Amino acid sequence: MDILTLFVVVPVIITLVLVLFTKTLEQARMVTLIGMLVQLGMSINLIYKYLETRNSGDHSIMLFQKNIPWFSEFNAHYHIGVDGVSVLMILLTTLIVIAGTFVSWKITPLSKEFFISLIVLATGVYGFFISLDLFTMFVFYEIAVIPMYLLIGIWGSGPREYAAMKLTLMLMGASALLLVALLGIYFTGSAGGQTPTFDILELSQREMPFEWQKIFYPLAFIGFGTIGALFPFHTWSPDGHASAPTAVSMLHAGVLMKLGGYGIFRFAMFLMPEGALFWQDFFLILAVTGVTYGALSAIQQTDLKYINAYSSVSHLGLVLFALLMINKTAWNGAMLQSLSHGFITALFFALIGMIYGRTHVRDITKMQGMMRIVPLLSVAYVVAALANLGLPGFSGFVAEMNIFVGGFLNNDLYKQALTVFAVTSIVVTAVYMLRLTGRMVFGPTTKVYTGLPKAFWYEKVAIGILVGFITLIGTLPFWWLQFIEDSVNNFIQPLVSK
Amino acid sequence: MDLDNFMLMRDEILLTVIILMMLVAEVLLSQKNKKYVIQLGLVLFAGYTFQSFIPNETGELFGGSYKTYPLVHLFKAILAFGVMMILLQSVTWIKEKLLPYDFAAEFFILIFSSLIGLNFMVSAGDFLMFYLGLELSTMPIIALTAFEFWNHRSVEAGVKYIMLASVSSAILLFGVSLVYATAGSIQFDVITGAMHLPLLEIIGLIMIFIGVGFKISLVPFHFWAADVYEGAPTVISNYLSVISKGGAVYVLMTLLFIVFKAFQTEWNWIMYGISILTMLIGNLFALRQQNMKRFLAFSSVAQAGFILLAMLSNNELGVKAIIYFLLIYIFSNVAAFGVVQVISLKTGKENIDDYTGLYRTNPKLSLVLMIALFSLAGIPPVAGFFAKFFLYAAAASKGYYLLIFIAVLNVTISLYYYLLPVRAAFLRTSENPIPYFKSDIYSKMAFVIAMVGLLVLGLYSGVFEYISGMSNIL
Repeated sequence: MDILTLFVVVPVIITLVLVLFTKTLEQARMVTLIGMLVQLGMSINLIYKYLETRNSGDHSIMLFQKNIPWFSEFNAHYHIGVDGVSVLMILLTTLIVIAGTFVSWKITPLSKEFFISLIVLATGVYGFFISLDLFTMFVFYEIAVIPMYLLIGIWGSGPREYAAMKLTLMLMGASALLLVALLGIYFTGSAGGQTPTFDILELSQREMPFEWQKIFYPLAFIGFGTIGALFPFHTWSPDGHASAPTAVSMLHAGVLMKLGGYGIFRFAMFLMPEGALFWQDFFLILAVTGVTYGALSAIQQTDLKYINAYSSVSHLGLVLFALLMINKTAWNGAMLQSLSHGFITALFFALIGMIYGRTHVRDITKMQGMMRIVPLLSVAYVVAALANLGLPGFSGFVAEMNIFVGGFLNNDLYKQALTVFAVTSIVVTAVYMLRLTGRMVFGPTTKVYTGLPKAFWYEKVAIGILVGFITLIGTLPFWWLQFIEDSVNNFIQPLVSK
Repeated sequence: MDLDNFMLMRDEILLTVIILMMLVAEVLLSQKNKKYVIQLGLVLFAGYTFQSFIPNETGELFGGSYKTYPLVHLFKAILAFGVMMILLQSVTWIKEKLLPYDFAAEFFILIFSSLIGLNFMVSAGDFLMFYLGLELSTMPIIALTAFEFWNHRSVEAGVKYIMLASVSSAILLFGVSLVYATAGSIQFDVITGAMHLPLLEIIGLIMIFIGVGFKISLVPFHFWAADVYEGAPTVISNYLSVISKGGAVYVLMTLLFIVFKAFQTEWNWIMYGISILTMLIGNLFALRQQNMKRFLAFSSVAQAGFILLAMLSNNELGVKAIIYFLLIYIFSNVAAFGVVQVISLKTGKENIDDYTGLYRTNPKLSLVLMIALFSLAGIPPVAGFFAKFFLYAAAASKGYYLLIFIAVLNVTISLYYYLLPVRAAFLRTSENPIPYFKSDIYSKMAFVIAMVGLLVLGLYSGVFEYISGMSNIL
């Protein structure tokens, strides 16, 4: 079996083992952890192999391809392959799931079912990142979305049923748009009378008529954009994140929401370049609105999870914003931001979960001076906050720098003006992040919370992984950028040549 | 006609033989041994189901009024398979409710007769055979609907069904006579060649459409569905919603794609509207249902609207998509109704709220319910997704993108109500849940078959390829 299919097969095996052989929480988390460590080994091996292949002078657009006919009637194939960006996304997914497993070390009730749902979700995400065929991609996309309903609905807090239903319906509604776009690309994508295909590499060689691109591009963009928190289709995200259990918020904000930007990058813009240029200005307004609106909303919130959820809307808005700028620098930034935000937001949600697990309060007006009570968690929180507002040395800075520089590289005033708007979000982010940390971490200690337990070992592991990678990206951006550039150079080609 | 080509209708002959054997067994078995009627019926029918998968030759009988070709034979096998699963699920019901009244053999005889009717109907080569098959498939089911004669809802459902079914049959028959009057024949082949679409003929065709649409429960001919499904014994609701609907869909497909091909271009826009209405109204009514049987009834109305998507395509892709969808639909709906049946027999509870906390007490049953509902909603990797996807693809092949858009929005609506039982069973806990119970071995078998089917038929493309290899009927 090829190394990519294993990424989907191993989670399925983990799921089967969980279903058949585990009963208790201890067994379930051990199986999950061992399985995900295997997955981590595979991810590192994949990175190594990838670098080896690229260094040996293989510059084909996708590596390690495998193409098996699936439904030959529709010319739908199980076609997989990776390039730099997907390799990094796979690594991100693995790390977040591992961190999530540690964070959910004591999850009850129905612990076994929790890990099963988590792994099924991860399977969908892995499959999505390796797909080169629209049909395969769509199947995996929906596999990734539906476990969220159970994860939020069963183990969530607050208005969990409402949040779970809202999230599921909005994301499935978005995937409905996607489905129409996908069939549209399939049937109109081959104007020259060739056999219709779902294969993106083949489709990119064909000419899709402009009048159809105009119709199907917005469907695809909104379809992917919804899961990437595109304004005004982001409303599922704050409710969903606030109600979800910690590990699920991490996985969702850290990985699942990245499917949006990734999908636009990999499928929508690549296959419909003229449509993308036609709709560019319109969607830019939505993206910039999302960026500033998310940041401003975050100021208003007092619930830790809501603050972070709106902050995610703002930061993922930047990914869409950068993609719409259509130049290499901005796109590098977009992909780096996807990666960096994945780690940062996962760290945030992990810490919020840990703090909430101790204080049972998420309202920032009700807790102060956590530094004296849980020093490690507080330090990590400060790290996350600084990384989030884009302090040099952490991953957020490199990503946002690329994005804004890329935005200004456009010679037209409209885009530069919008970039200025987007840049203001940094200031707003600094306001709510610093205010929040100043209040919650420092200051006089709230009496009721003294004597809470310090961080447990499994919490330290989770924090260690996430903080480690945030600094790694921040200090060694060029090592990470080599993966991204490789991919961006190929995928921006159809757009800049038009 | 000699013995050789008489075997072209071996399915129908075998079923007749089985019915006769059941009659004899009913007479010969002593009162004490009556319960073995059930085993006999199951074994005989299992044998029949098995043989129906052995391919048959292509040919026609009775001067063209009975036709068989690979696809129709495969479809009969699919129907038989569905009936087999339904029979497996009904064992407990027969034992508990029918045996005391000594009705077990009658149940088998009636349901087999109805299946013969469906077999004749899908094989029909002229309107006479078609109408006979239709009536033969309906009449026994009306009797079965009212079979729980001690339960007034069941009787009421039977009366409703017989009234509406006869009206719809009458309309259909009137339509056939109008077509005969204009085209001068009841033979499908002749009619196809002689269609000039005068007004009279169009009226006739519309009446035929109404008659068949009633069987499929298309809006606005769907009103009977919920009441009848709710009142009828669950086994029969199940049969109505998958088997007899499936047969009618097949006939509508052959009528529209082959016989009335000339008519379809003008009729497509009406179908377009009916498709939207059927999906929408089915979904909107399903949103508010508490009773699981009514819930599934409206869900099956909505599913019929999705089938119409592929009916619009009028090409081979449409045939493949419809047959495949029906196959998957049988699996999903049989599983969903099966859970309702098992629970309602054990506890008498049929409401969604009663399922609260079901996962904590009966995890396996809840999983079956969830997977079946996900399949109905069309969520991968369950087979229902692939079935729906192919329906969309068939419609997209003719450029009906707007309709697909409406359809997928309807899927989102439907997802809401399909998630309601899941929410009750998984998300909520109850102080007074349905207690743990063991299902009998037969319904377990049916559940296992359905689950394997739902998980394998989609991901493994072989089944679809097999169907599409036979779908060159146009």
